[in-house]
Amino acid sequence: MIESLITLWSGLPLFLQLGLKIGAIILPLLGMVAYYTLAERKVIAYMHVRVGPNRVGPKGLLQPIADAVKLMFKEMIIPTHADRYLFLIAPVLALAPALGAWAVVPFTDTLVLADIDASLLYVLALTSMGVYGVVIAGWASNSKYAFLGAMRSAAQIVAYEIAMGFALVGVLMAAGSLNLREIVVAQSGGIHEWFLLPLFPLFLVYLISGVAETNRSPFDVAEGESEIVAGFHVDYSGMGFAVFFLAEYANMILISALTVIMFLGGWHAPLEIAPFIWIPGIFWFFGKLAAVAFLFLWFRATFPRYRYDQIMRLGWKVFIPVTLVWITVIGVAKFFSPIGHWFG
Amino acid sequence: MTFLEIVFYVFSAVLVGSSLLVVTVRNPVRAALFLVLAFFSAACLWLTLEAEFLAITLVLVYVGAVMVLFLFVIMMLDIDIAQMRAGFANYLPLGLIVALIMAGELILVMLSGEFGDTQLPRPVGHDADYSNTEALGKVVYTDYVYTFELAAVILLVAIIAAISLTLRRRPETRYQAPEEQVKVRKEDRIRIVKMPPRPEEKP
Repeated sequence: MIESLITLWSGLPLFLQLGLKIGAIILPLLGMVAYYTLAERKVIAYMHVRVGPNRVGPKGLLQPIADAVKLMFKEMIIPTHADRYLFLIAPVLALAPALGAWAVVPFTDTLVLADIDASLLYVLALTSMGVYGVVIAGWASNSKYAFLGAMRSAAQIVAYEIAMGFALVGVLMAAGSLNLREIVVAQSGGIHEWFLLPLFPLFLVYLISGVAETNRSPFDVAEGESEIVAGFHVDYSGMGFAVFFLAEYANMILISALTVIMFLGGWHAPLEIAPFIWIPGIFWFFGKLAAVAFLFLWFRATFPRYRYDQIMRLGWKVFIPVTLVWITVIGVAKFFSPIGHWFG
Repeated sequence: MTFLEIVFYVFSAVLVGSSLLVVTVRNPVRAALFLVLAFFSAACLWLTLEAEFLAITLVLVYVGAVMVLFLFVIMMLDIDIAQMRAGFANYLPLGLIVALIMAGELILVMLSGEFGDTQLPRPVGHDADYSNTEALGKVVYTDYVYTFELAAVILLVAIIAAISLTLRRRPETRYQAPEEQVKVRKEDRIRIVKMPPRPEEKP
């Protein structure tokens, strides 16, 4: 049975094989996004001592499907004097990088679509392109609120990208590789070998910058509804809005996955002893991913929104110096200390 | 035609087409976006040369950072498209002359025989485990370490110069001092007064 399946698989043309592999990543990812929105509503509801959505399906489990159907059948309104093509292309530009970056994410040692050499840079390059969707949406809507949201978002994303990039410089110094799979391999051997401990400041900087980069609360001034209605997507309705929504949640899941890969040991079990190593690596990967993704929801339920100048101060005057200092620490520790093996 | 050649021609066509549109399209925001497309296609062409590090860095630096700042500025301009079209005929002869001279110079250089297949042979493809990133890193930090560090120092000087040029001391602006704010204790700000409850007055 399995033999015949393998021969059938290798008989397929290359592009069909690739297409099936891509589908096997994208479709579960979209399912994850759908249920992440439900999880967000439920988690925040319980933190607010409410119940959350519980009408559609058992315990509200079909709510994301109802939402999707509703958004699909809504009319998509294009404002007068909006730049029609850019208005329609902006949500796609926001979503495409968030999906494209998954091409290099290693789920386990062998389960990775494209094991390319500079995958860390690839991820960084693609996530940096996500800002175009926001900026173009804000400009093309021809609306003041949307434009203000886009400006805020562009400044914020560019600022935090620098801190994020420096945090990743620390990771690649410790791992000695730009390949995400090799970065995880460098963390094998248990929780004390994960980069979480030696690179703890960079972990914090990366996680918080990730929240800022995805425009999530408490850094969600780009859509601050109390000041600029809903920011850059205020003029979007129907599918346009839905695609922005998808992009935001896909980005959050992506940042969670990258945090797991770079600081929490990827598919490795926390201890290399009996009960832990029985569980296959992919479960560890997704378990850790869910834990980090939960943090995003927890932040949103807990913290009040930052003021804009506080966001900029945190990004430029706190995070960038912290990462620069820690890069120096890594460089010195790698060569001159008895715990040098920790740093790679 | 091999698959690689098809890829090359597709990306080259996109690159040339988007570069043409950068200079011909009227709306500056769209022109900037076509420039983004041109950078991206150039990066894809570099990928076919096995220069993945340079290609991704091109996307990261130019598409991800420089062009975002460009758009940021362009979007805030108040553009009158009719006024921009008015000057087109005046600038056309001068522009054509510059373009023709540049094209002629390029053609002369290309025809000089220094860039044929004999002087610059096609790059030989490497094995699957060849790492361009690693090779580049080794060269930059050994053979070219002085030039590399010189470039770094020049960039640092440029950063400091740019900051000091734009830094304005504005004594009238009032800033918050977060380090002072977090030091505040309850005792500094509020005074708790104990008062006996008064009996309610009858109207």
